[in-house]
Amino acid sequence: MQLEYFHMIDRIVDLKVDEKTIVVEAQVPQESTIFEGHFPGYPLMPGVLLIESMAQASGWLQLGVFRFERMPILAAVKEAKVRGSVFPGDLMSIEASLTHEGSGYAMTEAKIRVGGKLRANSALTFTLIPFPNADMRGYMAKVAERVGFPQQAVSS
Amino acid sequence: MSSTFDQVATIIAETCDIPRDTITPDSHAIDDLGIDSLDFLDIAFAIDKQFGIKLPLEKWTQEVNDGKATTEQYFVLKNLCARIDELVAAKGASA
Repeated sequence: MQLEYFHMIDRIVDLKVDEKTIVVEAQVPQESTIFEGHFPGYPLMPGVLLIESMAQASGWLQLGVFRFERMPILAAVKEAKVRGSVFPGDLMSIEASLTHEGSGYAMTEAKIRVGGKLRANSALTFTLIPFPNADMRGYMAKVAERVGFPQQAVSS
Repeated sequence: MSSTFDQVATIIAETCDIPRDTITPDSHAIDDLGIDSLDFLDIAFAIDKQFGIKLPLEKWTQEVNDGKATTEQYFVLKNLCARIDELVAAKGASA
């Protein structure tokens, strides 16, 4: 996880395009300037970054299901609940499932667990846009390689 | 069974917190009811689920942007309901 670049996801553990589910891992760093302010003496992952992590997990799922033909952009957060704290050094396991495929939009449900315990969940809505330019498309391809996106899952 | 319009009007009223009695078949979802594109996604989702169809929002938006259709054709509620009925009929025919 590189918080300063909003790189929340470290590794795609399991992407099932047919079942429209994904599991990813995200290792919260021990140190970050974010924790210097949130909070001194009690560093804690901000809830909005937990939501962003679930959105990014959902994003990789959609890139897989829609075969990199559309870029998912977070549009709405519903029923987000932070059920427990996430601390520096925690390894988050994030699972997401696609609950609805609309025309130009999609909806997901996502959960964050640490050590098997549920820490957050949310229902998210995304708009699906064409990649706006080649730079962004190329950038996402590089990030896909970094997080171990299984290209074979979308190449058949 | 309630009409397509009654079902759509109820969806809009509940999704966007708009008084049901202000929603008529001649209401324009955007111009008259003030529904924005994000709220319309929730309406489209509810319609997709309730009628078992997939509203082709991308296609409609493209047609409007290209000047091949007007927003009235798709977003005046009586016209929207006619499109829904067509999609339901097409689904039934292909089933």
